[in-house]
Amino acid sequence: MEVAEKDKKQELKEFIDSVKDKEHGDSYLIAVLHKAQGLYGYLSREVMDTIAQQMQIPTAHIWGVATFYHYFNLTPPGKYVVSVCLGTACYVKGAPQILEAVKNDLKIDLGGITEDRLFSLQLARCLGACGVAPVVMVGDKIHGEMTPKKVVEVLNQYRKAEKKQ
Amino acid sequence: MDEKVTITINGKPYRVDLDQTIMEAADSCGYHIPRLCYHPKLSIEGACRVCIVEVEGMKNYIASCAYPLFDGMKIHTNTKELRQARRDIVELLLDNHPEDCHVCERDGNCELQRLAYAMGIRHRHFAGERKHYHKDLSSTSVIRDPDKCILCGRCVRMCSEIQGVNALGQAGRGFHTVVMPAYDMPFAESVCTTCGQCINVCPTASFVEKNYTQELFAKLNDDSLVKVAQIAPSVRAAIGEGFGLPPGRNMEGQTVAALRKLGFNYVFDTQFSADLTIVEEASEFLERVQEKGKLPMITSCSSAWMKYMEQFYPDLIENISTCKSPMSMGSALIKTHFAEQIKVDPKNIVSVAIMCCTAKKYEAQRPELMVNGMQATDIVVVTRELVWMIKSAGIDFLNITPEEFDSPLGMSSGAGTIFGVTGGVMEAALRTAYELYTGETLVDIELNSIRGFDGIKVGTITMDGKEIRVAVANGLGNAHNLLEIVRKEPDRYHFVEIMGCPGGCIGGGGQPYAAANSIPLDTDCLKARAEALYSNDRKKTIRRSHDNPEIQRLYKEFLGRPLSKKSHELLHTHYKPHEPRGIASRKIRAI
Repeated sequence: MEVAEKDKKQELKEFIDSVKDKEHGDSYLIAVLHKAQGLYGYLSREVMDTIAQQMQIPTAHIWGVATFYHYFNLTPPGKYVVSVCLGTACYVKGAPQILEAVKNDLKIDLGGITEDRLFSLQLARCLGACGVAPVVMVGDKIHGEMTPKKVVEVLNQYRKAEKKQ
Repeated sequence: MDEKVTITINGKPYRVDLDQTIMEAADSCGYHIPRLCYHPKLSIEGACRVCIVEVEGMKNYIASCAYPLFDGMKIHTNTKELRQARRDIVELLLDNHPEDCHVCERDGNCELQRLAYAMGIRHRHFAGERKHYHKDLSSTSVIRDPDKCILCGRCVRMCSEIQGVNALGQAGRGFHTVVMPAYDMPFAESVCTTCGQCINVCPTASFVEKNYTQELFAKLNDDSLVKVAQIAPSVRAAIGEGFGLPPGRNMEGQTVAALRKLGFNYVFDTQFSADLTIVEEASEFLERVQEKGKLPMITSCSSAWMKYMEQFYPDLIENISTCKSPMSMGSALIKTHFAEQIKVDPKNIVSVAIMCCTAKKYEAQRPELMVNGMQATDIVVVTRELVWMIKSAGIDFLNITPEEFDSPLGMSSGAGTIFGVTGGVMEAALRTAYELYTGETLVDIELNSIRGFDGIKVGTITMDGKEIRVAVANGLGNAHNLLEIVRKEPDRYHFVEIMGCPGGCIGGGGQPYAAANSIPLDTDCLKARAEALYSNDRKKTIRRSHDNPEIQRLYKEFLGRPLSKKSHELLHTHYKPHEPRGIASRKIRAI
C-alpha cells in the first residue's frame, strides 16, 4: 500500500521534530534526508525546501550534503532500481562488462532513468552474494552468475511481466 | 590565556603565545607562510594545503593554518622538500585551472597568479583532465564562473559566516565539486543579495561583477545623449587603491576630472542626494515618533540589505523607511527636475551611477524605482570598473588636476560624506532630526558611540527630554543578529541603521581588490577608507544636511517641503516580500 502524501509529510515532520532540538541538531540532517528518501524514493526540491524550513538549515547546505553522497537520489527512481554490483568479487568476475551491457540495453547512464520510468540504474558495492558473483539486483531481487547476455534476458523478463499487467 | 611557549622556526628560537596556530605564530615572528584558503575573518577550512609546514617528529607535513602550537615545537617553513611539495600543490591547482591569464578579468590582481609566481612555477608540468562548466550570467550584479574556481571555499564561508545569506554551497564531490547556489539554480533566482562579497574574497576570477563598461563607453561616444554621472561617497575613498595608492586617499577632485575626460557632460555627487535622503528620512522618523507610526524605523539605503530584508525579514517591511537610496533619489531628480532645467527630454539623458556596490546594479533595475515609466539609473559601474575605464582611456589619474562637481546636484554637507561608513547614515540623520525636533542645533555632532567597526553598535540621544535609542549593524550577518533582537523586543530601539557590507559601503563588493601585500577586507584598509570620509566631514563648513543651501533651494523651487506629495512621488517607495525565503545560518561570526 502506498502511503498517502499527507501521511508522508506528517511522518517526516514528526521525525524532524524528534531530532532538531537535540544537541548538535543540525548533524541529524543526513538522518533526515535518509528518512525523506525512504518515504518519497528520492529527494525533490520541494522536500528539501520543507526540510530547510523545518530544521532552519539553509538550502545551499542541504544541497551540498544531498549531492555529496551517492546514496541520495535527486530524481525519482524507476519502478525497478537496477543495482550493478562492482564489489571486488563481482568486479574480477566481469562486472564492468555487465554494467556496460545494462547501460547499452537501457540506453541510460548511471543515475539515469529509462523513458518509460520502468528502470533506473545505480551502482552497488557488495550485496553479500559474492558466491554467485557477478550479481545484479533488480528491485529487491538478486540475480547471480550474470553475463552480459543473461542480464539483458533478466531485464526483458521484467519488461514482459510489466506488459502482462 | 597568555601562556607562553618556546618554539623554533627554521632553527631560530621564539617565545610566543601558546593559544594560536602555527601560521599565526609564524606571522608574529616575521615568516609569511604562503596561503590560499585561509582568511583571518573566516573559519578555518584547511582545504588548499598551500600553507603546509614541516614539524620535527611528525610524519607528514601539516597545514599551519589549522594546527595549534605546543611547547618545544620545531617548525620548518622553507626546506627544499617542503618547497617542492608546496609547489606541487599549487601546480596541481593550476592543472585544473584555465590557462587564460592574459584575457582574464583579474589578470594582475589574482592571488593564484601571485602564488604561482612566488612558488617559482615557470612551467606547467601537469596536464590532466580539466573541468568545464557554463558561466552563470543570470544575476544583474555577480557572474559566477566555476571553471576558474579552485574550491578554497572563501566565498561560501563569507556568504554564510559574515553575511548570513548562505546563497552558496559546495555541491558534488571530488573532481566534480562545484560552488553553486542550492539546486544549481541560477544566481538570479537564489537568495543571493548581490552584495558582491564573494567577489571581494575570491582569490581568482570565479566571481566577478557584471561588467557594464563596454555599454557605457558606447553611450559616452553617442553625441545625441546627455551623459550624467553621480559618484558615491565611498568611491573617492578607495579608487586610489586601484592606481597603487595606499588606502585612505580622498580622490574626489581627480575622479570628477577623470569622468569629464571620459566624456560625461555633468558630474554630480551622490553625497548631495544623501543630504536629501537625510532630510526626508529624518522627517519620516520624526513623523513616526510623533504620530506613533511603526518603530523602530530601519534605514533603506543599502541595496543588498533591501533584498536581504525582502527574503529574510519580510515581517519588518513596515519598519523600513520608505526613502529611496541616495543613488535612486539622485537619479530620479536627474530624470525630472534636472532634465527640465536643461530642457532635455529625459529619454535622451543617460544617468550613470559610479558606486562601490554591486547590489546597486540590482537596485537600478528594480521596477519599484522607475520614474515616469523610465529606469532612473541607466547604468551602474562599480569602483573597479571605473578604474579600468580610466586606465583603458589612457587618463593619467594620479597627475590629473582635480575639478569640482557640477551644480545643482553637486554640493554636499559633511553628513552626506559619512554616509559611506557604518553608523554614518544614523549620525547624519540624528544631526538633522535633533534640530528639526528641538529647534536647537546639535553641538556635539560627532557621535562616537556609533562609529567604529564593531558588528553592532548602540547609542542614545536625548531630544527635548525624550530618549531616542539607536542601533547600527554592518554586514548582513550582524544585521541578522540585531534584527533577531528587534523581532523579540520591538520597543528596544527607535531607529536602526543597517548596511549590508562589512564596514559599510566603504567595504562594498565593488571596491578595488586587495593589494598584493594585503588581504580582502583588511580592517586597517577599511579604517583608512573610513577616515578619508570622516576627515572630509571635518573639513566641511556645512556638516548638517538641512543646512546645505542647494538642498534648501531644491525644496523651495521643486519639492515644496520634506515628505510632500512630490517627494513621495519621486523619492519614496515600498518593498515587497521576495521568494525564495532565506534561512540565516546559525554560524554567523561577529566581526
